[in-house]
Amino acid sequence: MDFVFYLISAFAVGGALAAVLLKNLVHAALALTIAFFGLALLFLRLDAQFAGFAQILVYVGAVAILVVFAILLTKGSEVPKEGVFSKSWFAGLAISAGVFAVLAWAVLQAAPSLPNETAAPAVTVNDIGNALMSRYVLPLEIIAVLLTAALLGAVIVAMHEKAGPKQSAGAPGPSLLGTGERRNS
Amino acid sequence: MTPLAPYLIVAALIFAIGLAGALTRRNAIMVLIGIELMLNAANLNLIAFWRYSPHPELLSGMMFAIFSIAVAAAEAAVGLGLVISIYRHAKTTDVEEMNRMKG
Amino acid sequence: MTERLDQIFVVLKHWLLGYLPESWQTPVGVVISVVCIIGLYPALFAITTVLERKGVGRMQNRLGPNRVGPYGILQPMADGIKSLTKEDIVPTSADAVVHFLAPVILVVTVFMGFAVLPMGRNMVLVDMDAGLLFYFAMGASTELSVFMAGWSSRNKYSLLGAMRAVAQMISYEVALLLSSVVIVMMTGSLSLVKIVEAQNHYSYGFPHWFIFTPWGLAAFIMYAIAGTAETNRSPFDLPEGESELVAGYHTEYSGFKFALFFLGEYVAMFSISGLGSTLFLGGWMAPFSGLQFIPSWIWFFGKLFVSMCVFIWLRGTLPRLRQDQLMNFAWKFVLPMCLLNLFVAGLWRFMGEGWLRWLVCSAILILAYVSLGREGMRRQKFGPRSYRYAE
Repeated sequence: MDFVFYLISAFAVGGALAAVLLKNLVHAALALTIAFFGLALLFLRLDAQFAGFAQILVYVGAVAILVVFAILLTKGSEVPKEGVFSKSWFAGLAISAGVFAVLAWAVLQAAPSLPNETAAPAVTVNDIGNALMSRYVLPLEIIAVLLTAALLGAVIVAMHEKAGPKQSAGAPGPSLLGTGERRNS
Repeated sequence: MTPLAPYLIVAALIFAIGLAGALTRRNAIMVLIGIELMLNAANLNLIAFWRYSPHPELLSGMMFAIFSIAVAAAEAAVGLGLVISIYRHAKTTDVEEMNRMKG
Repeated sequence: MTERLDQIFVVLKHWLLGYLPESWQTPVGVVISVVCIIGLYPALFAITTVLERKGVGRMQNRLGPNRVGPYGILQPMADGIKSLTKEDIVPTSADAVVHFLAPVILVVTVFMGFAVLPMGRNMVLVDMDAGLLFYFAMGASTELSVFMAGWSSRNKYSLLGAMRAVAQMISYEVALLLSSVVIVMMTGSLSLVKIVEAQNHYSYGFPHWFIFTPWGLAAFIMYAIAGTAETNRSPFDLPEGESELVAGYHTEYSGFKFALFFLGEYVAMFSISGLGSTLFLGGWMAPFSGLQFIPSWIWFFGKLFVSMCVFIWLRGTLPRLRQDQLMNFAWKFVLPMCLLNLFVAGLWRFMGEGWLRWLVCSAILILAYVSLGREGMRRQKFGPRSYRYAE
């Protein structure tokens, strides 16, 4: 029917599956970027150019890097001995299978009434900018405040100051690099 | 041109995969990865509904998706900061061992 | 005649496509353009390596390569053959798949950026509505390949280099984006073709490039700094600082994969320079209205050549920064200047024509530059070093 769509979907779903199933956390994070990329391609296929590129910029460029940094900072790149899945994995699997069954059933039930084909919307980046600055200016401002708060919060939470700075004789370099070095040696 | 339903099915599938990841993995970062996948699936739904809506020029779904991407970025930053903070405190990222309210 | 010469590549492509059936023309046209880009930039890369080695050699009071061919200009051929025939070593403990994918992804994403760069009048692969956003999305994807290279090598120098490179690229990417946003604000478009056209008028024979305004000049300086850091060039080349990290994230690469990294680095320099000249220096436009008879693509590649020379000159001149200096510079100087520049650009837009806006905007920027610079230049007192770990 629509070969390109199925190819991209298989790409995205495969990436998501690999992200959840792979044992090595760094591999999982890299598979996650494949899923993000596939989803961005789906956005492009839905004529949402701006959202697609924003997706790549934010997720592949920032979130994936953040995840990778967090994995290395928490020694996550070593596969734990006791296994990667929790003891109650069966319940989790059952719940998510149930959720998928319900969602798919609902979509298939509604499929005949869903719109099949519409003309491609003639929306330019200019229109998006105008909408952001007029109709959606309040959400935009709130997002700005939220992002600032999140930035400060993340820094405060992650950069926990000890009462007395711990002294250690390591190679010179800021904290981040010091960690990497110690991890590896 | 693909109809709307396959997009919704793909989104539901990715959502379920993300949910399964968040519920079954032990590592806190993997739980976050699962949540990111779920958010992304929701974004796909938003964009798909925008594309097939009778008035796409109103941009509602698109704006929703763009704001959701921004919120997800904030969520990832704070979530990973929390994971690092917990790791520093409890020396583990295993969510099954984080079962005490008292540090 | 000048018109013909200006459009020679466009006409040539259309002439070639004329022999094909209707339905084949679009895909084959895209393939031809892509092949041209993929062929052209590696050739420029080869020329630039000789230029760089000769130029830096002269700056360091030595001769540079002079054995292969007249004046050593065939040196890249020798280098290419050497890297192709060398053994491709993958460390036994390395993650073979990721180790293989990293250079491939780097080169692919770097080349993708050229899809939206206009290299002459009507010479752009796709005139995308969100071209600049596409460019930055592709630029952001290169960071991950750098991390993949460093992590998969299972070598501490590689990992350190990769972490440094990623931290540096993320920090300076913010500045890179913010300095370009000014241009988007003024032109009201993300399409690079439209951005060039917005600069395409002359008064008294001089062009209206964005660099000839206070905010444009400030943004250009910030862009140049951030671009140099994005491409890991000296003085921001500490991800591959050879005196401490062997070769950074590509320590464990040899043979053709190393050549791919080398190629990716230089092509990224071309791409950053191309985007910089498109945003601030009028892209393919002539610098004087009297020089418009020279074809547009000559101007584009001329500007590219000049900025490559500046890159080489910087490398021969400046010492390498320290990691904390690098980060302080990004977050305490470049970023505040970029944010202030956004404000100044808005002021410029709403103050109307006249000399007053020149005065006010320049005064704000110079004042901020001096005060921030003084703050940054102040001698810091270093106590005993403390290290913070995540554990």
